[in-house]
Amino acid sequence: MTAILALVGQRSLAFLRYVGGLVILGKDALYWTFVAPVQGKGLRGRAAVHQMVLTGVNAIPIVSLISLFIGLILAYQTANELRKYGATMLVVNIVAIAMSRELAPLMTAVIVAGRSASSFAAELGTMKVGEELDALDTMGLSKIKFLVVPKYLALILMMPCLTLVADFMGIMGGSVFAVTEIEMPITLYWIRALDALLMKDILSGLVKSVIFGIIITEIGCWEGFSVSGGAEGVGRRTTSAVVVSITVIIAADMFFSGLFYYIW
Amino acid sequence: MADEQAVIQVESLSTFYGERRILNNVSLEVRPRETMVLLGSSGTGKSTLLRHILALEKPALGHIYVRGVDVCHSKPREMEDVRRHMGVLFQSGALFGSMTLGENVAVPLRELTKLDDSTIQVLVRMKLGLVGLGGYEDLMPAQLSGGMRKRAGLARALALDPEILLFDEPSAGLDPITAAGIDELILKLKQTFPMTIVVVTHELASAFVIADRIAVMFAGEVVALGTPAEIQQNQHPRVQQFLKRIPEEPERDSEAYLRSLTGPA
Repeated sequence: MTAILALVGQRSLAFLRYVGGLVILGKDALYWTFVAPVQGKGLRGRAAVHQMVLTGVNAIPIVSLISLFIGLILAYQTANELRKYGATMLVVNIVAIAMSRELAPLMTAVIVAGRSASSFAAELGTMKVGEELDALDTMGLSKIKFLVVPKYLALILMMPCLTLVADFMGIMGGSVFAVTEIEMPITLYWIRALDALLMKDILSGLVKSVIFGIIITEIGCWEGFSVSGGAEGVGRRTTSAVVVSITVIIAADMFFSGLFYYIW
Repeated sequence: MADEQAVIQVESLSTFYGERRILNNVSLEVRPRETMVLLGSSGTGKSTLLRHILALEKPALGHIYVRGVDVCHSKPREMEDVRRHMGVLFQSGALFGSMTLGENVAVPLRELTKLDDSTIQVLVRMKLGLVGLGGYEDLMPAQLSGGMRKRAGLARALALDPEILLFDEPSAGLDPITAAGIDELILKLKQTFPMTIVVVTHELASAFVIADRIAVMFAGEVVALGTPAEIQQNQHPRVQQFLKRIPEEPERDSEAYLRSLTGPA
């Protein structure tokens, strides 16, 4: 019995330590991203651009491909039901709205979590094992400024861009269905799709994407900094980074879906 | 020289890892411009002591004063000044794997000085030349041998002309010839610059070549402290064991051995 209580206690403390670490990392990242540059302490701009290429530009092909497929799948699945009511034309509206509000930001975030949360954790974890983080500390240089801020800037800027790409490619996927199955001219498809969309549909998706980007960076970096135990430790934390960030992303999405239902 | 304030002063330092005591009431001082070697086999606490001096860890009890600043209980602002005067060579060199050698050595210069790029380039070449790696600025760390990586790490540690230089196992993983090369380099630095040097090592030969004073550690305590000549004469059993390379006597308890084979009852 005491063993179970001890386990619950240990797990709770470990969870609190994890969350506490994330909060402190977030606070330091905010400082070094927005306050320190104003105080003349610098910002690693070139490193941020490099990260933007790695996390954003290089993800365009896979985000495009997956969004195209999802748009097409969505079209087929909804058309399957709608044709019973003679309302197949509404597929256009559904694909456009569902992609912009929900599927594009979510799928993009999951893809970027798989690509970037893992790479952040692996990079920082390997640096920890190789004493590179200790070297930064002993030189009096901030790990956050050096390693975390460029990643934050990259994802905050690139996630909305990738989400827009996903929006476009997802709606394009729907057009493949429309053109082949219901013989709708592609220009008409796009006019109808853009007509169905409200600004808030696109904007709510973009706002969510920024939050998802912050989640991915926080968890990827924190897992990397927490590595212990050599190569096996790096592997464990890399896996954990992806799993935890995807879980938190979906939880956040659920929260935002409810929120936007009521207030937007 | 004995009247000058110690550069590094360790006072009654004790630290634990969970329930295990790693350092037991260690007191030590390192005088200006001397080379102090912390000597001992693996697990004696010497690397832990170094990590505390570098303020990478905080002790449970005690103080460490570096240049008069208590590094165990100080604010980041005070630490900045201390760190500027310390250069560290980590066991693996700890070079940043994504940068070239030149960029690695340039990091402290770029971040902590207001020098322009061309001056930094000149200094980088100077520092690499000092450690025998002149011309290697554009190589990546992965392209270098272990010995070369340590030399590059040393060049980076020397970038800001530190007053205090600290080495964590400089000969680890090196063949005798390369290790001797590192010892030569340390001696050359001693003779050229007025630096205080602390070296953590388990290599006897290295210690006797480079040290002004040696502190022999065992089980988290300093069991002997003195010049190399004094250490040779020291009669403490652990010191003699270390000097004469006598291996640990295995436990001769047959009951305990039987229990370890058959498992708990």
